[in-house]
Amino acid sequence: MKCNSCGGKAVVQMRQHKLALCANDFLEWLPEQVERFIKKYKMFTRSDRVLAAVSGGKDSLSLWDILWRLGYSVDGLYIGLGIDGGIEYSDQSQRLTEKFASERGLQLKVVCVPEVYGETIPDMARRTTRGKTKPCAVCGLTKRHIMNRIAYEGGYDVLVTGHNLDDEAAALFGNTLNWAAGHLVRQWPVLEANQPGLARKAKPLCRIYEREMAAYAMLRGIEYIYEECPYAVGSKSIYYKELLNRMEADRPGAKLSFYISFLQAKENGLFAPHADPKVEQLHSCPTCGQPTSAPGECAFCRMTIKVK
Amino acid sequence: MSVKLILRDKEFTVKPGMTLRDALSKIDVLPESVLATRQGEMITEDEILKDGDEIKLIAVISGGYANAAIETVLLR
Ligand code: SF4
Ligand SMILES: [Zn+2]
Ligand SMILES: [Zn+2]
Repeated sequence: MKCNSCGGKAVVQMRQHKLALCANDFLEWLPEQVERFIKKYKMFTRSDRVLAAVSGGKDSLSLWDILWRLGYSVDGLYIGLGIDGGIEYSDQSQRLTEKFASERGLQLKVVCVPEVYGETIPDMARRTTRGKTKPCAVCGLTKRHIMNRIAYEGGYDVLVTGHNLDDEAAALFGNTLNWAAGHLVRQWPVLEANQPGLARKAKPLCRIYEREMAAYAMLRGIEYIYEECPYAVGSKSIYYKELLNRMEADRPGAKLSFYISFLQAKENGLFAPHADPKVEQLHSCPTCGQPTSAPGECAFCRMTIKVK
Repeated sequence: MSVKLILRDKEFTVKPGMTLRDALSKIDVLPESVLATRQGEMITEDEILKDGDEIKLIAVISGGYANAAIETVLLR
């Protein structure tokens, strides 16, 4: 197969765009696409201070690399979860993230959950009803709290995450199967900081296929953690991604159009804001200041106070 | 006469002469879920696999965002 740009040998074929590219052209093309979506969804500009949440995985490290190459001023935030799973998952991913940052001379903030909150995520989960079966809910709550805190305290204009199109389409698929109105109302490439204590958030990779992100990391020579978090095994999001990829195999572009037509439908007013039952009654947590749906302390502060 | 495909700790063998795309469908791996390399070089699905080829498949689908749905709610 030939590169559509230079006629050389293609290494990546993107059926959904009817496009095949060689390594060099692909490495140029992908950041251009990301830049296009940053502008299209008004995510941030070059005068903004950006904080990238990085996990050591292919998506977040590639995102950081791309934003850095595009000339944005972007620092990284790594959250150490204390997950071992027999593969030293957290230690490995932290090591790779630190290596990535130092090779590029980039600023990395590290928040180590066991050091700051006295317990690893799996330990914290075992103590709470929320995490009896899987630590993911506790983990999500903790990450979200720390991301907000660091972005807010550090005076960053926006926090970016490495969610790719497959992540977004899988979340959309799950939310649609459940007609989860609140989630559908909020899902968007940018989440405004419309409450005190919240950071503005953006997902610059929301229209890039997961496979393309892996190809970028490989071709760019980014060393990322290939192993999964042990708790991701059998997760619903992986199951949804598989279903969508089955469709994609028969109908190239299926998952992209699923996501894009959702965004368009939303722009045309398909989802009324009042379909979100949580939107009205938000309160400020007296301990951390972040918004919570009920008066009193937020779920995160209640959880960590029990631990202390 | 065979072609070897390796995905994580699994090994598959197929006959030479078929395309990567056909080989993936034979071993029931979704083309969207992997990248394929031969001698460290990424290859596209139309590539014909030759006798003695060893194809490394890199899984690209991660559940690192196992809580993607949850995050969408919480990260508001
Ligand atoms: S799979 Fe679960 S525990 Fe692991 S990082 Fe993701 S949310 Fe956290
Ligand atoms: Zn080219
Ligand atoms: Zn709180």
